[in-house]
Amino acid sequence: MDETIKKQLQRTACRVRMGVLTGTFHAKSGHPGGSLSIADLLTYLYFVKLHVDPKHPDMPDRDRLVLSKGHCAPALYAALAERGFFPAKELESLRHIGAMLQGHPCIKTPGVDMSSGSLGQGISAACGMALAGKLHAASYRVYAILGDGEIEEGQVWEAAMFAAHYRLDNLLAVVDNNGLQIDGKISEVCSPEPIDEKFRAFGWYVITLDDAHDFDKIAAAFDEAESVTGQPVVIIQKSVKGKGVSFMENQVSWHGAAPNAEQYAQAMQELEAALAETEV
Amino acid sequence: MADVKKKATRESYGEALTELAEQYPELVVLDADLAAATKTGIFKKAYPERFFDCGIAEANMMGVAAGLAAAGMIPFASTFAMFAAGRAYEIVRNSIGYPHLNVKIGATHAGISVGEDGATHQCNEDIALMRTIPGMTVIVPCDDVEAKAAVKAAVAHDGPVYMRFGRLAAPILNDPETYRFELGKGVTLRDGTDITIVATGLMVAEALNAAETLAAEGISARVINIHTIKPLDKALICKAAQETGCLVTVEEHSIIGGLGSAVADCVTECCPVPVHKIGVQDEFGHSGPAVDLLKEFGLSAEHIAEVVRESLKK
Repeated sequence: MDETIKKQLQRTACRVRMGVLTGTFHAKSGHPGGSLSIADLLTYLYFVKLHVDPKHPDMPDRDRLVLSKGHCAPALYAALAERGFFPAKELESLRHIGAMLQGHPCIKTPGVDMSSGSLGQGISAACGMALAGKLHAASYRVYAILGDGEIEEGQVWEAAMFAAHYRLDNLLAVVDNNGLQIDGKISEVCSPEPIDEKFRAFGWYVITLDDAHDFDKIAAAFDEAESVTGQPVVIIQKSVKGKGVSFMENQVSWHGAAPNAEQYAQAMQELEAALAETEV
Repeated sequence: MADVKKKATRESYGEALTELAEQYPELVVLDADLAAATKTGIFKKAYPERFFDCGIAEANMMGVAAGLAAAGMIPFASTFAMFAAGRAYEIVRNSIGYPHLNVKIGATHAGISVGEDGATHQCNEDIALMRTIPGMTVIVPCDDVEAKAAVKAAVAHDGPVYMRFGRLAAPILNDPETYRFELGKGVTLRDGTDITIVATGLMVAEALNAAETLAAEGISARVINIHTIKPLDKALICKAAQETGCLVTVEEHSIIGGLGSAVADCVTECCPVPVHKIGVQDEFGHSGPAVDLLKEFGLSAEHIAEVVRESLKK
């Protein structure tokens, strides 16, 4: 990847992370850990991959993105705001009464393609969108982002079976494999591992992205994904929960807790420093 | 009623889908391995490229339907009421109801008249479950003519619709030449001044028979068919409460949360009068021939007439 583009993406991802912190801080609740682990992914999708138009969020031939792990809405909102779907100021009223930005994604929000948040459901909706794309012979792709804990939901595997059966090669799922869920390590709670072999057994083309915070590797994974025909593709991305904020990284306690004023200030300071490092 | 033609409303469902396919190119049908029973097999045969079997996976089917609707299709997701409203409830609520997507749910084999399969498949709770979802339209047609008209109205309506069909052949009461279906409007089938019987689905025919029996005894019973349980025709119900002073509701569903509850909620606000609910009591069904079960659970003209007589004594 071109170094300038990479630096720009890193800067954008940094701002998305700041948006996550700002949103959850003002909401006094929310899910920063898993939001931070998909910040680079969302940045790559919204600034490189997705055919979307912030001025026409309902454009029929747009690519669709379903955040099946809907609790990570703060990252989605921050990415949508960066991309220009709505002012970043909205992040400050996340989860407030009367606010546009709901605790979990709502289809009424510009840029949000599907309401989600009850785990395991978004992937099914993404299958439906991909099937509609096939029926319309449309050019769009459908992206679904799942949590690694989320795939413990049985519905995910019903959807996995369906997508393979109907050869939905316009569907690309990403499993955010940060290894942690509310009650602890996914391997200890009720292990969904091995994730890759499960998807392979269900008829999917599996790509393992060993560093979800490296834009060269992200790009390589998506390039490979696009070359696949005749079957759905899943990218299993190894990520760090809480990535980018030192005291949140790999800490399960940051799954669903908001930073207080002091923690917010420290996190923002760290992200400001990271932003300065990527000065183009 | 020996000379009355009968047909199961699930059959009407499959036929109506097929009849509407040409006019609505966005109409697609999903099923969960029950096409032969839900009668979507009729559609599948005519339009195989627009039929998608989801296998025995109702939760995913509802989610797929949501995604199809979000991308501009008009999906009809079909399975037994137990699995559509029961197993997939939360998906219907969160993936279809909350985003208010244009999904039509065709739920067959509702109620006790499923018969021999027994309690696990006799869904007496679906109306209650579905009417709690904001923005969900709930339709329970009484016969072939009404069922077909309901499917037609559902496809033209923008928003989620739950349609309840039966396994058992139901007498055809309506004339296809003159019948007009209006979503959310009840139908007064027989006028009366002493009491009103409000019925839905398979129970409409029983209610009419009961009224006939009662007429011979000098009791004038009004009969209202409520095919759309939500939104309820409140004006018609309130008028009946005001004019006849007492209501009896009849449904092949639990007395908790269905038509009876909807009607009681309504009259409590507009014109409090006694409402006697006939339906499945707070209990599970069991195996047996449908016709015998209906009698056993009090879902018959005889029992309706009895409840009316008792109501008027009070």
